[in-house]
Amino acid sequence: MAEEERLTLSDAQKKARRSRSIALGIALAALVIIFYVATIAKFGPALLERSM
Amino acid sequence: MALIENQIAEESDFRLSEATAGDYLALLKPRVMSLVVFTALVGLVVAPGTVNPIIATVAILAIAVGAGASGALNMWYDADIDAVMSRTAKRPIPSDRVTRGEALAFGMILSFLSVMTMGVLVNWLSAALLAFTIFFYAVVYTMWLKRSTPQNIVIGGAAGAFPPMIGWAAATNSIGFESLVLFLIIFLWTPPHFWALALFKSGDYELAGIPMLPNVAGERSTRRHIFGYALLVAPVGVLPFVLGFAGPVYGVVSAVLGALFIWYAWKVLCMPDSDRRMQPAKSLFRFSLIYLAAVFAVLLIESLAVNILAGWGA
Repeated sequence: MAEEERLTLSDAQKKARRSRSIALGIALAALVIIFYVATIAKFGPALLERSM
Repeated sequence: MALIENQIAEESDFRLSEATAGDYLALLKPRVMSLVVFTALVGLVVAPGTVNPIIATVAILAIAVGAGASGALNMWYDADIDAVMSRTAKRPIPSDRVTRGEALAFGMILSFLSVMTMGVLVNWLSAALLAFTIFFYAVVYTMWLKRSTPQNIVIGGAAGAFPPMIGWAAATNSIGFESLVLFLIIFLWTPPHFWALALFKSGDYELAGIPMLPNVAGERSTRRHIFGYALLVAPVGVLPFVLGFAGPVYGVVSAVLGALFIWYAWKVLCMPDSDRRMQPAKSLFRFSLIYLAAVFAVLLIESLAVNILAGWGA
């Protein structure tokens, strides 16, 4: 694809995108941690027990 | 990728977003969300029995996100009227930082996530109540009642009254009579609170074509309605003590605050038609916020104190 056929983001757009990306990253990480911790809290030690 | 094809950029509805994370946060109506979180927390703490603190935190988070999602859906639908009202003109959609489509997608995804999280990690009764609350606020209030009847806030106020019931359901997996009383306090508090605001902002609502009570039934009728609801909310506010799920401190505080609520509403009732500054209405609006926060705060503190003392006694 030739360079002249493309648009470059302005500084404001880059800054806004970075802000959105960081927020999305934090939200996804929080979701993973919440589900991990809450699953252990909900099922308790029984979660780690397994029949041999 | 920082580079976008010209072909896509030329499409009429395409644009490069300058919305920051803060703009998306604003879509969640953080101030409304904080009141929702607080009342839900009270419902959860006051409920009998114990709940795992991690699960309780998840429940409160899910309620907060669900409330935020309904706020985003409200802003998606109401973007046209938000643009003409001074109080709401700076919201992300009217100020063109977020598109309506983005707000709709954001609201729908958060609604789904919050309800499913509540169902999977807490219980399905509270998830169903949360889903119904989002539906009630976004569809029944925003899409239907708000633009069609001056009683919009009376029925729509139920959406704001559900959170303590959801908190209670999260803790007990049931809907207790007590949680219905908490629902009733917020339900009866909402109309005088919003009508006080509508009195001194009636020009805004009229400009936006929203049938609020002052510009449909007149200011005199609105003042009578406010006083009538104050007479209802004051005794209902004391009910948790009368019914025995709140202690004497709550009883005294809620009775005094209820009496003050009636007094402020009386001042509004006596306000002359010629009064355009409407100081009594502004005072009632501010006091009503203090009333609800204080009544629920005392209920929370008292319940926590009783639980701690019971823990020491055991």
